[in-house]
Amino acid sequence: MELKTQIHAEDGKQELFITREFDLPLNLLFRAYIEPEIVAQWMGTKVIKLENKQHGSWQFETTDPMGNKHGFHGTIHEFSINQRITRTFEMTNANFGPQLEFLEFEQLTLQTSKLTMHLVYRSVEIRDQLLQLPFKQGINMAHNRLQEIVKNL
Amino acid sequence: MNLRRDVFQAIADPTRRGILMLVASQSLTAGAIAANFDTARPTVSKHLQILTECELLKQEQNGRQVYYHLNPEKLKTIAEFIEPFRKMWDDRFNKLEAIMKNYKPEE
Repeated sequence: MELKTQIHAEDGKQELFITREFDLPLNLLFRAYIEPEIVAQWMGTKVIKLENKQHGSWQFETTDPMGNKHGFHGTIHEFSINQRITRTFEMTNANFGPQLEFLEFEQLTLQTSKLTMHLVYRSVEIRDQLLQLPFKQGINMAHNRLQEIVKNL
Repeated sequence: MNLRRDVFQAIADPTRRGILMLVASQSLTAGAIAANFDTARPTVSKHLQILTECELLKQEQNGRQVYYHLNPEKLKTIAEFIEPFRKMWDDRFNKLEAIMKNYKPEE
């Protein structure tokens, strides 16, 4: 099945774009980003703080399948309802540093909307490392699966 | 034996990554490939078998020799390391969409 999400990451640049069209009216898409209980559901995280305003800040805490807790936090620089959220994003206790995120929300039709995320990282290397994280997790999962298979032979 | 082989398993091993690098520039026989590694010959054969099973390598008969060469199409799935990242976001957004479709605003 074709994925509806598009990633645009040019070689040698410290930014990337994530775009996605939703089968949702603009106000419902935007709401999914500002209501803590809803963010918690689709991001699979605990929302500790989410101040939807200019100069506000946010803080999430995610528990991985091994039971380890991972913190994420940042500040909100611009908050325009149904239009734009500009914020920073940082993994607590990781060496990646903060990234700058420009989230643009657009109405396509009355029933459809579009989100464009423009993410800017400190360096090309950090962008590439973060891009590869899910890929590396895939490799680790393959390792674990292989171990399980071998154990059961 | 019917193990599910995928490209992630295949490239999770450093020797197999080394083999892929080698044959990227030219087709080689199993012997020529093995000569590049300290690993025992049967171990290299096993790696070649795994890489062939998951279609990263293709075998080509040339006279009495079997040459291994890269399957660029399959390799593309690895080159597109961005795919798992895209999948992660796509899964999240699908969830968001599903949740909001059932959302009843309390207004």
